[in-house]
Amino acid sequence: MQIRNRHILGWLEAIPLTVVLVCFLVAPIVMIVIVSFWGATEFSIYPAFQFDNYAYLFGSEVVLRVFLATFKYALISWAFTLAIGFTVAYFLAFHIRSQSMQIALFLLCTIPFWTSNIIRMISWIPFLGRNGIANQTLISWGVIHEPLEWLLYSDFSVILAFVHLYTLFMVVPIFNTMMRIDKSLLEAARDNGASGFQTLRHVILPLTKPGIMIGTIFVVTLVMGDFITVRFMSGSQRANVGRLISNDIGLLQYPSAAATAVVLLCTVLIVIAILLRFVNIRKEL
Amino acid sequence: MAKPKVGYSRRSLLKAGGAALAASALPAPMVWAQDTKNIVLRQFGTGVSNLNEVGTKVKEDLGITLEMTALDSDSVTQRAATQPDSFDIADIEYWICKKVWPTGNLQAMDVSRIDNYDKIVGIFKSGKLTPETDIAQGTAPHTVGFIEEPGAKNFASEQTNWMTLIPTIYNADTLGIRPDLIGRPIESWAELLNPEFKGKASILDISSIGIMDMAMVCEAMGEIQYGDKGNMTKEEIDKTIGIFMEAKKAGQFRAFWKSFDESVNLMASGEVVIQSMWSPAITAVKSRGIDCVYQPLKEGYRSWGGGLGLSNSLSGMELDAAYDYINWYLSGWVGGFLMRQGYYSAVPETSKEYMSENEWGYWFEGKEATDVIESPFGDKLAAAGEVRDGGDFYERMGRVACWNSVMDQNQYMVRKWNEFIAA
Repeated sequence: MQIRNRHILGWLEAIPLTVVLVCFLVAPIVMIVIVSFWGATEFSIYPAFQFDNYAYLFGSEVVLRVFLATFKYALISWAFTLAIGFTVAYFLAFHIRSQSMQIALFLLCTIPFWTSNIIRMISWIPFLGRNGIANQTLISWGVIHEPLEWLLYSDFSVILAFVHLYTLFMVVPIFNTMMRIDKSLLEAARDNGASGFQTLRHVILPLTKPGIMIGTIFVVTLVMGDFITVRFMSGSQRANVGRLISNDIGLLQYPSAAATAVVLLCTVLIVIAILLRFVNIRKEL
Repeated sequence: MAKPKVGYSRRSLLKAGGAALAASALPAPMVWAQDTKNIVLRQFGTGVSNLNEVGTKVKEDLGITLEMTALDSDSVTQRAATQPDSFDIADIEYWICKKVWPTGNLQAMDVSRIDNYDKIVGIFKSGKLTPETDIAQGTAPHTVGFIEEPGAKNFASEQTNWMTLIPTIYNADTLGIRPDLIGRPIESWAELLNPEFKGKASILDISSIGIMDMAMVCEAMGEIQYGDKGNMTKEEIDKTIGIFMEAKKAGQFRAFWKSFDESVNLMASGEVVIQSMWSPAITAVKSRGIDCVYQPLKEGYRSWGGGLGLSNSLSGMELDAAYDYINWYLSGWVGGFLMRQGYYSAVPETSKEYMSENEWGYWFEGKEATDVIESPFGDKLAAAGEVRDGGDFYERMGRVACWNSVMDQNQYMVRKWNEFIAA
């Protein structure tokens, strides 16, 4: 009797969350999957079961290139955010001795986040422009004679914005795991004659893996799902999957947008599944 | 088999039910004057004519509260097609009307209730500016301006008593240039793809408008002879987009723009020296003290027109208020306000009373300004002695080569356009 009650109680306790998840996560995704098989006219969509949207997605060379570009952005942004994020976290965790200083510097990192990320992104545009501050400074220093065209509306500016926007998502989890490393492990490594680099490579890096992985998931999913950064920073000259979807929505082609969203969702899930093969986040948290 | 996406919403049913109840309870509904003061009309549209000044003035003159939302063209189309209950008045372009009308979200207007109907320029009625002018290609306003009877989903081929949109605003568009950075005369649309401007050109990313700019360019280059630019075949679409895709890959374009502000910034910052542009954007660049010309080109203009449409859910007192608002709109003040920014009013003669002789001469008659020309917002647009680019009203609107269009092959075009943007 006692056990059975507890059993029911457990189910009851799970209901609120289940309902929330079903309503706000499962149902919308199911809806998107259903609509992705529908057809569209210019101003409406109609129920059907056709593979036109998917046939187009998998058959078009443009779509393939857009997916490749999305991966490219994700990979490069990931590499830079990881390098910067790891360095910053390392500095904060191991070089700053006093805890209040650590907290102060950590808060300093978050200051840019007090403004909207669109504003942070757009403020690069006058800086990088043909007659922008960067070019004018370089010219006045005599480094270059002609303004650099590739500073703005290029892959460079897109990735720069991504790195700027998302590095903190790398810093936070890595810093968090680094703070939990038992300092005596570092002393033990040193006592056993390990150099600074060896300690980093064989002690700190393995122990911060979960943080790196969480940061990676943040950055990769944010970059792969983004459309607004790519649109503004490339002046609409470049595209990723998010832009493909937003263009379709803008042109009232919801089924096609839904199909692209489904493919993107699957791609991101596969990427995350692969990432999780490397590190068992649950076990190490 | 196409079913409209939006069926009856709870709200429209309630509204319809409420209206039916009210109609049966009050067989002869009475309108008290003070009630119009409480009426709120929700208008949405593109940024060009959704101006707060209009809202303030209509409150002053009619007592109606106008809530305005400004969106880009694609969002406007989307909203008109999918959220019919979110607005009372749609301030949309004619090509958007062609897309949205078949959804049944708008209701036709009774022409006999429009006071100044007879004074509306011919472009919106017979399609002819003057009896001699040719009708340009594309979605010309008169082709989607009328329907046979209320409720009809197809457009009428000639003037009827039922208008889809009441025309309010229109203009002839061309390329904007920075003469100080180009330093030589520009005469043809073909210059947009001239390698001389590599990395300094731009085109707008709104398919129905952009494709027409593209067509003007391809035709001017002599690359394509179109049967009808406003209704291209698949081959013509492929070829047109193909030419631009190559140019894009070669680095011709600095950026594409979607909103008015973006085009202003591109031009004012010198990122771009030649691009498709809208008239008030030129004005905005000029008011920053930067030299910018709306360059008339020998192949003619690409034109656009907009008007006010009524939501299908409007009825009763609100519908009457909407008619009042539209009549007020055409009665001159708004027309003058718009014309002093470089647009044209659908009823120019009523607007004349709200403009100074100098302003009317400069904007409409293409005469030399006798004094400084200022925008309604107080920015200086032209000095005494300057002449408007392109000449007088009849010269500018008479040289329209095509209208912004929605084609039979629109879905194909949209897909190709998406590829062009993504490529």
